[in-house]
Amino acid sequence: ALTGMCCIVGGEDGGQSSSCVFVVRRDQDIYIQTLRKLFNESHGIFVGLQRSEEELVGKSRRAQLVQVSKNYRSVIRACMEDMHQAASKFVPSLTATKGNAVSILSAMELIWNLCEILFVEAAAAGPLLLRLLDWVRLHVCDVDNMVREVLSSENPSKHELFWNAVDIFVLQGRMDEARHLLSKEASANPASVNMYRILDDLMKKMPVPSLGNTQTLTEMELKWQHWHEECQRYLQDGTFASNSHMESICKILLGDEDAILEKKELMTTWYHFLVTRLLYSRPTVKPMELRFYAQAGSRISFIFLTSSMDLFLGGENSPEPLDTILMAAFEFEIHQVIKECSIALSNWWFVAHLTDLLDHCKLLQSHNLYFGSNMREFLLLEYASGLFSHHSLWQLGVDYFDHCPEYGRVYLELHIERIPLNTEQKALKVLRICEQRQMHEQVRSICKIMAMKALRNNRLGSALSWSIRAKDAAFATLISDRFLKDYCERGCFSDLDLIDNLGPSMLLSDRLTFLGKYREFHRLYGEKRFSEAARLLLMLMTAHIAPCSFWMTLLTDALPLLEQKEVIFSAEQTYELMRCLEDLTAQKSDKQKLQGDDVETMKVEMLRIALARNLARVIVKEGTLEGS
Amino acid sequence: AKFVSQKISKTRWRPLPAAALHPPHLFATGSWDNEDNRISIWSVGDLGSVGLSGEYQGEPQLLCDIRHNGDVMDMQFLDQERIVAASSTGTVTVFRHHQNNHTLSASHRWEKAHYHVDQDTSCGGAACTAVICNKPEIVTVGEDGRINLFRVDQKDAVRTIDNADSSTLHAVTFLRTTEILTVNSIGQLKIWDFRQQKNEPSQIFSLTGGRVPLHCVDRHPNQQYIVATGGQDGMLSIWDIRQGTVPVSLLNAHEAEMWEVHFHPSNPDHLFTCSEDGSLWHWDTSTDVSEKPSFLHQGGRSTTYVPHNTINQSVVSAWLSNDPTKDRMEITNLIPNQTLSVNSLDVLGPCLVYGTDAEAIYVNRQLFA
Repeated sequence: ALTGMCCIVGGEDGGQSSSCVFVVRRDQDIYIQTLRKLFNESHGIFVGLQRSEEELVGKSRRAQLVQVSKNYRSVIRACMEDMHQAASKFVPSLTATKGNAVSILSAMELIWNLCEILFVEAAAAGPLLLRLLDWVRLHVCDVDNMVREVLSSENPSKHELFWNAVDIFVLQGRMDEARHLLSKEASANPASVNMYRILDDLMKKMPVPSLGNTQTLTEMELKWQHWHEECQRYLQDGTFASNSHMESICKILLGDEDAILEKKELMTTWYHFLVTRLLYSRPTVKPMELRFYAQAGSRISFIFLTSSMDLFLGGENSPEPLDTILMAAFEFEIHQVIKECSIALSNWWFVAHLTDLLDHCKLLQSHNLYFGSNMREFLLLEYASGLFSHHSLWQLGVDYFDHCPEYGRVYLELHIERIPLNTEQKALKVLRICEQRQMHEQVRSICKIMAMKALRNNRLGSALSWSIRAKDAAFATLISDRFLKDYCERGCFSDLDLIDNLGPSMLLSDRLTFLGKYREFHRLYGEKRFSEAARLLLMLMTAHIAPCSFWMTLLTDALPLLEQKEVIFSAEQTYELMRCLEDLTAQKSDKQKLQGDDVETMKVEMLRIALARNLARVIVKEGTLEGS
Repeated sequence: AKFVSQKISKTRWRPLPAAALHPPHLFATGSWDNEDNRISIWSVGDLGSVGLSGEYQGEPQLLCDIRHNGDVMDMQFLDQERIVAASSTGTVTVFRHHQNNHTLSASHRWEKAHYHVDQDTSCGGAACTAVICNKPEIVTVGEDGRINLFRVDQKDAVRTIDNADSSTLHAVTFLRTTEILTVNSIGQLKIWDFRQQKNEPSQIFSLTGGRVPLHCVDRHPNQQYIVATGGQDGMLSIWDIRQGTVPVSLLNAHEAEMWEVHFHPSNPDHLFTCSEDGSLWHWDTSTDVSEKPSFLHQGGRSTTYVPHNTINQSVVSAWLSNDPTKDRMEITNLIPNQTLSVNSLDVLGPCLVYGTDAEAIYVNRQLFA
């Protein structure tokens, strides 16, 4: 079974879902069902990515890789959806574990999304902030429910959560929505209209980085500086003094750390805090500068000496695994991210696919781990090996091994031999995998196993069919011997449909050829084509196609031909037969002759008589001139 | 694509009642290689939004499912309500789909329909590889080389042919009401006549050349002497069983085992095959009169003029034509990004359903658009 989505217990129960990971037991059916979808869908994306390798370069390649990343994420999201839906039909006692499973997936998507922004897309200064804002809006805190509640009430601006809603919009840079809400306050409270107008105006004018090339970073920074100074003036003039809410909003717009920190409960996470800080103090942040905002570096003195995380957590809680991972991402320590993820999530799915994608972005140095393979390959091998331990998902593992250049093949060879083959159809599928990869050893071994099974079940035709597939002459000989043995015991052939229709596969083994030819002899005899039958019989012995053990039987078969009214064997042929008989009897030792059973000796005697008689007749016949 | 967390071994449309005008909307699937295999019934509902390529945009909804012991090796609808399933344990089960509350229940079971007797004379189950129904009769074949004829209301088999074949029988289909066609793993196509008492096939056909196992067989719905088989090397063979013992044509198709071949039941100029190599091919031999070369449409003549030889051709099936230049056959691979094996397909009316080892089901409701 699956090596389990066991995750290290991070913190306390009841904490924010994003920073707690829980142990998940194997028998959570819903979880396994959804995981299978994850594995299968992502397998398709993985294979597509490997195949798309050298097609595009530069920007279009990057766009392609970003699309792949988005596809992976949408698969994760689809799984979260599924789990929500499926578990809602279940008993409440399971909902807790469902919640944990969903939160693991959600954490994975969070991390992946950040990696996509920072590494795959490698957003530059300007768009970087916009992407981070999107990321925060998508993943952190549940704003929509709160807003809906506020808007649907009779008097929105009097709702207790009203200012929370406005604040969170501002914190997430959603200016239009904030302004829309604020307008409700203005209409409800005419006295504050002036203040509202100014604040609204400030919010409207706030410069944001653009995605297109409409303005350069310097232009943007200049505009922003102006705007910042304007906000500063209004604040210092005491314009918002009479309304603490609006004043705090203005402070937030100015990037006042304390003001932002006050709204800790709304932001819920330190990375939200980080992005908000950046939005209001350094919107043109460059990727490489992120680390300094995330955590203090002694290398450079910026205004922000203490880390966002420390500030936010206030030194109370120690970072959760998720926090460490995100921190490593902000610091662009890709290897650290992968390492932390591997530790936190002991299922290899996430790190394997993410690392593979990053490798395609050419971001991983080919840094050899001490057991020889690089990190991408190591992770893929681990993941695929895990798949092989599943009774059904092993088929996916094959493609992963295929794309591990160093050890993939060896791993595949070892794993594929251990797949239980309970039906022929499954064996055929495994065989096809081996044949496509020229794994001849495995082909032979599988065919032998199946042929032995068939033989034990007395399915001689199936056994032969397997030996033909493996081109296994030795086994074909074994099967033919079985047939011949059956014939000797019963006096007739079983499975005539097989022997009569061997076709070119007869040539696979000498014994098989003999079997086919011997049966042909019987057929010719049955059709009364005696001379042809005689010729064939002789050929079987003289060309040494027949095994020595069978010669006696063949000679005995010759008896009725010798006894026919017409003479069938020519003189030449009779001499040959006699020679064969002598060869046969000569082999037996003297001792055997003395002890030999009567039947044997009688047979030999009868043969000698018949041969002699035939010889006599044929000499006369051949010596006679026609028509005289 | 709908990912269903189980590898799909068989998909079958529920047959439409005789006078139905609407396309099918219910299909069944069977799974394999699971510890807990299931037979499931899915609904594709009414015609939802349809995409550019005709892919049905809405997803199939699971109506009900039931546990099945062993891999589902083959599955057929006996009638509107009952499904017969062949298991890798050698058991054949009839399931009933209760339409009112959408549940499935096992209504009849033939245990040990297929079994091996090995040298220690202990009976182990042998996989039942294929099943075909012609209500009320059910014929099954298996890895034990045995053919069983059951009647749906009778506890025991009506007729059993032991050791009908020394190798594994892979597929079976009805030729006429009393005759069946089987294919086996040494490349032989055999006709069996149940009216005859002897346990021998009435005719044996085989491929020339190597003994390539045959995996699937289907008969032309109207011209019953035309039979198509698919082999382990992915080759499609068309046979005319009135004459000769070798195929009429051999068409190099897939790169790996061909698992199923189906003539379209109402448009038999169309054939569908699916394979281990992950592709699903649509073979189209329908000829279009307007595609005839231009010298046939001469000025002044009516454009409905059809030369004599094409009249003959339209009578003789395009499948038996030996001349590839006369009749053009269009072959399309319906799967753009192939990965894992397509194990099964079914066509009915304008609808196609197929299932793969990537645990996904695909439905296309506009096959001929």
